[in-house]
Amino acid sequence: MEKFDVHTGRAVPLRASNVDTDQIIPAVYLKRVSRTGFEDGLFAEWRKSDPDFVLNRPEYQGASVLVAGPDFGTGSSREHAVWALQDYGFKTVLSSRFADIFRGNSLKGGLLTVLLPQEVIDRLWEAVEADPATEVTVDLVDREVRAPGVREPFELDDYTRWRLLEGLDDIALTLRHTDDIASFEETRKPWMPVTL
Amino acid sequence: MARTMAEKVWEEHVVRRADGEPDLLYIDLHLVHEVTSPQAFEGLRLAGRPVRRPDLTIATEDHNVPTMDLLAPIADPVSRKQVETLRKNCSDFGVRLHPMGDIDQGVVHVVGPQLGLTQPGMTVVCGDSHTSTHGAFGALAFGIGTSQVEHVLATQTLTMAPFKTMSVTVDGSLKPGVSAKDIILAVIAKIGTGGGQGYVIEYRGEAIEALSMEARMTVCNMSIEAGARAGMIAPDQTTFDYIEGRPHAPKGADFDAAVEHWKSLRTDEGAEFDAEVVLNADELSPFVTWGTNPGQGVSLDSEVPDPASYEDPSARAAAEKALAYMDLKAGTPMREVRVDTVFLGSCTNGRIEDLRTAAEIIRGRKVADGVRMLVVPGSMRVKEQANEEGLGRIFEEAGAEWREAGCSMCLGMNPDQLKPGERSASTSNRNFEGRQGRGGRTHLVSPQVAAATAVRGTLSSPADLVAQ
Repeated sequence: MEKFDVHTGRAVPLRASNVDTDQIIPAVYLKRVSRTGFEDGLFAEWRKSDPDFVLNRPEYQGASVLVAGPDFGTGSSREHAVWALQDYGFKTVLSSRFADIFRGNSLKGGLLTVLLPQEVIDRLWEAVEADPATEVTVDLVDREVRAPGVREPFELDDYTRWRLLEGLDDIALTLRHTDDIASFEETRKPWMPVTL
Repeated sequence: MARTMAEKVWEEHVVRRADGEPDLLYIDLHLVHEVTSPQAFEGLRLAGRPVRRPDLTIATEDHNVPTMDLLAPIADPVSRKQVETLRKNCSDFGVRLHPMGDIDQGVVHVVGPQLGLTQPGMTVVCGDSHTSTHGAFGALAFGIGTSQVEHVLATQTLTMAPFKTMSVTVDGSLKPGVSAKDIILAVIAKIGTGGGQGYVIEYRGEAIEALSMEARMTVCNMSIEAGARAGMIAPDQTTFDYIEGRPHAPKGADFDAAVEHWKSLRTDEGAEFDAEVVLNADELSPFVTWGTNPGQGVSLDSEVPDPASYEDPSARAAAEKALAYMDLKAGTPMREVRVDTVFLGSCTNGRIEDLRTAAEIIRGRKVADGVRMLVVPGSMRVKEQANEEGLGRIFEEAGAEWREAGCSMCLGMNPDQLKPGERSASTSNRNFEGRQGRGGRTHLVSPQVAAATAVRGTLSSPADLVAQ
């Protein structure tokens, strides 16, 4: 996993609430068995059907920070939503509320999802819409988002922060505790079901 | 200290607890399907890791599978490849698979409980958000992403951030024609699609206790539509009776020992929840959605709401956008909304009781002209049972299409899709834009409303048929 410490980039203002993962990447793009190349599926319907959709606008090309409305990532658990955002070039998503599974998936996969008050999101939208060249900095070291006129701390638990800063794979971390897992298995109730 | 059921199940599964780190939890059952697993198996292969507990893992094919012409190869080459990949992965890693043609093939959340694999007090995960279904047994069950699927395959554990607890108490009793689906749609409309965020919900109260096991699954299934991590219902005699005798249920003295343990899982007297919500079942009526998220629902007796009536500007904008997409006008009575398609099925409402309920309404009647009704059983075993009970014939005689098992039009990954502009009444769980097919418009409904709507061609309740 790629490390995340401080990222600075231009931002895309996505003024919509309840952006579900079916919108982030429609189901038809989930049929692949590969792990990369999902950028064509990102917001595919909106990109196809609405020429004015933010990602179709030339001034937002090459942006790497997504500033989204509340309840971003609701619905299906598809991690393809995270992959599509990353494959397209986004490093971080800012919102006042994320759906749980999407948030978990993003932080496992190295896409930093940052929770900010809606009032700060509103200010970022205004700043970026006024000048699309505006750069937004997401600083995981100091847990702070900075942009012209904005300096806002954000919360992220120490463990997740450390994992992202180090770019550590969760499975390798857990496999350090194989003995604990084996001991736990000794205590499982004998009548619990098995599938084989 | 008095504890909730969710806290008890969590505590029983802590493998490792360390300061400043999330708990490492043991996973008792891992359900696998073709869409969210290929990259996880590939990850294992690349790292040279085995599946730690194939005996706690089970797979089936559901999201992509066609629901007709099962003997022909899957027409879509990409879908076919994904199904073939699952077959190879299960074979390579020693995981039991119920493939197309197997009597236990079907929607993964129908198959687990039907086999008796889902039991109270277990931790159950699957790379699918509707894993919350299994919480109906008093299991802690949640949807996970593909990285976590790989983590569970490799370690049989997950690191989990702590959750908050919410009780949703439903007092009173449901009126005839009102169902579990209406309870959960009303809950979501009340607390919103983000209202459950960070919570494990425990559904309780008289109306919940009166529900059958399958109806409880319908309620827990849609916990995710309220944003919750999971939904649970305390196990009781209804639960034990449902499990007893199923292929993977404990037998004899083991069953008695299991029941003793299961009884201890109930939330203690005096345990406190972080949030509490109360509904009265007597006040509920058949519920339908009008918008493009599951929280945008109203009583069938009501009208399409006016976006101007929302004070919150973001909710108002969402309502305006939804009405434009759904091609609906504020003030239109919901009963006047005409549909082209009725979909009866999915992990929400594709079980035998759902089919019985709908068949009872549709028996001796015809699907309205110009309406297509798809009936898709949740599993091949459900289909077999429905045929034995004569339900399949009732659907066919009414003019409905009686299909094979799968997720089907719930998410339209297989050929069962709405065409642009088509409108459905659907017993599934999501009315998102394009969910059932590009440009398709979805109204979420109960099996009762689905059946009545198929007959009348407009959103209807069974009571409307009697009046006819």
